[in-house]
Amino acid sequence: MVEDGWKIGNLELTSRLILGSARYPSTPVMLDAIAESGAEMVTIALRRVPLDAPAGENIYRLLRERGLTLLPNTAGCYNAQEAILTAELGREALETSLVKLEVIADDETLLPEPEELLKAAAALIQRGFTVLPYTNDDPVTARKLEDLGCAAVMPLAAPIGSGLGVRNPHNIELIKARAKVPVIVDAGVGTASDVTLVLELGCDGLLLNSAVAHAKDPVRMARAMKAAAIAGREAFLAGRMPRKFYAEASTSLAGRLSLTGQK
Amino acid sequence: MITVRINGETRALPAGTDIPGLIREVAGTDPEQGIAIALNGEVIRRVDWPAATLHNNDIIEIVRATQGG
Repeated sequence: MVEDGWKIGNLELTSRLILGSARYPSTPVMLDAIAESGAEMVTIALRRVPLDAPAGENIYRLLRERGLTLLPNTAGCYNAQEAILTAELGREALETSLVKLEVIADDETLLPEPEELLKAAAALIQRGFTVLPYTNDDPVTARKLEDLGCAAVMPLAAPIGSGLGVRNPHNIELIKARAKVPVIVDAGVGTASDVTLVLELGCDGLLLNSAVAHAKDPVRMARAMKAAAIAGREAFLAGRMPRKFYAEASTSLAGRLSLTGQK
Repeated sequence: MITVRINGETRALPAGTDIPGLIREVAGTDPEQGIAIALNGEVIRRVDWPAATLHNNDIIEIVRATQGG
């Protein structure tokens, strides 16, 4: 198998999968699923510390001691101002300039709010962040984000947590064809074949959370995702055969028998 | 004593409380790991914690790393 690493900014990666850390049945299941997926990078959220409550488990330490790169997100932010402050808090708490930039339009769709997203991306790039923006599967917005200086673009396959798979493969392909930065499909993946499809389209990676965490057996699904990523990437590198409108026999017709004795 | 808002709750603190002391006091957690602070909407970098002083009516956000997608 070809070793083909990739880079986000200066960060070198081998695995094509980034995993979210949310909504697993338990912390041990989350840690096992991350390990089985082979992911080297894991997303983290920033939330208020509960006052006067026991500190609880320290997910920062648990993930760091496993050698994982942490990617703080701005989940739950509805405008650029909130996202910028959350990103600044993430940089300080996790000691990284990486940020998965999410600016959400509304609760029902959780779709990105493009104007605020672009505003936040510009401000964070100015402040020295390595910005990975979660965006619609819109090639125009993706291009604008790249032009601002984002280190990658992260178009959705489908709405967050929907598990609907890649709703518009052509748009994803178009985003990838026009991008010079990595294209990481984020959100909406449902199962392993979605991962394979995204990588067959030539994308650089995927960010998965619910598809693993909400599987009946998250650890096993993580393993399936890893295998699917290898299959998709290998198929992309191998280059698929051209599509044809009519059938073409794979067995040669030369030398076949004739019931009428013809040559 | 001073009165401040911490994570949306009103609290009275002894005058002169610094940020590491504040975290230990209200959050009962090790201030070194996965924690960040915003004071009146501005992040206070860890290196600046000892020099930061809290004032009456300050709005403080204390956040930590948690599971997220």
